Amino acid sequence: MPVRFFIPLLAFLSIAIALGVGLFLKPAEVPSALVGKAAPEFQLPALDNQVKGLSRDDLAKGQVTIVNFFASWCAPCRVEHPQLIALRDAGYAVHAVVHKDTPKNARQFLDKLGNPFQLIGTDNDGRVSIDWGVYGVPETFIIDGNGNIIYRHVGAIMPDDLTEKILPFLAKVQS
Amino acid sequence: MIGRVVVVLTVLWCSPVMAVGVDEQTLPPTQEAVARSIMKELRCLVCQNQSIEDSDADLARDLRSIVRERVAAGDDEAGVKSYLTERYGDWILLQPPFNARMAVLWLAPFLIIGLAAFLLWRRARFKTGMPDMAPAPLTADEQAALDRLLDKDQRG
Repeated sequence: MPVRFFIPLLAFLSIAIALGVGLFLKPAEVPSALVGKAAPEFQLPALDNQVKGLSRDDLAKGQVTIVNFFASWCAPCRVEHPQLIALRDAGYAVHAVVHKDTPKNARQFLDKLGNPFQLIGTDNDGRVSIDWGVYGVPETFIIDGNGNIIYRHVGAIMPDDLTEKILPFLAKVQS
Repeated sequence: MIGRVVVVLTVLWCSPVMAVGVDEQTLPPTQEAVARSIMKELRCLVCQNQSIEDSDADLARDLRSIVRERVAAGDDEAGVKSYLTERYGDWILLQPPFNARMAVLWLAPFLIIGLAAFLLWRRARFKTGMPDMAPAPLTADEQAALDRLLDKDQRG
């Protein structure tokens, strides 16, 4: 049979494959406009008197830092918490922005699950989160020593994400 | 009669349900109209295929207040949009902008139509360019043979 008889079949298959791949893409993982850019200017008050607040200056001190946006009311934040503790135990500076939460609840959350954070700022009206392009908690950013955002993780950091994406990325950045 | 009036009034009373909360601080009417038209073109990132004007999500509410704030501060539509795309990227625009990254998206339909037109044109030209497909005229012998056959047929 001449090859041209197969052209409709090939056209159909290529459309079917393209649509099939499209089904498994994750549009929820919104591409970040901020990766590769300087972290936005911000200054957030401390969660309570046990910690210091967080500002942009804290992210530009020559050391790679991790900034986690979380809230005590956010279930995936509980799921990812052990991974944040693992990052702290691996020697990384992890800071937090508490997103639309009460200091009391956020503190209870940390007392119960452990506190991996060095500096904790509170973003009550969510404006700083919007400046960071955060559209839901949890989100986690990695910032180089000069205050530039170099990585963004949307949603909970699962154990696999930690070992397969985040730790290798951090190792690459540090080397 | 009164029953009908009640029905008509009830129907007229209904207005389309809006997600914009009744408790939201709105702007003076002309500015609010501008803000609303901008909101209709911004994607609610949590719900993905709703505009922030249409969505009840917490983030949509916050973004609405930002749009109002920018409009009140004198930003035009482009100003508000660039404020938000700096933070959320082009994804926040329900209508993708025409730029280098989006060029394929915008041009693909024209490319496909162009390709189809080219293929059709080539096919049409190929057909007309073919040698005459009408059979060659019969030779004298062939004509005689045909006449004989037809003649026999008629006599049946």
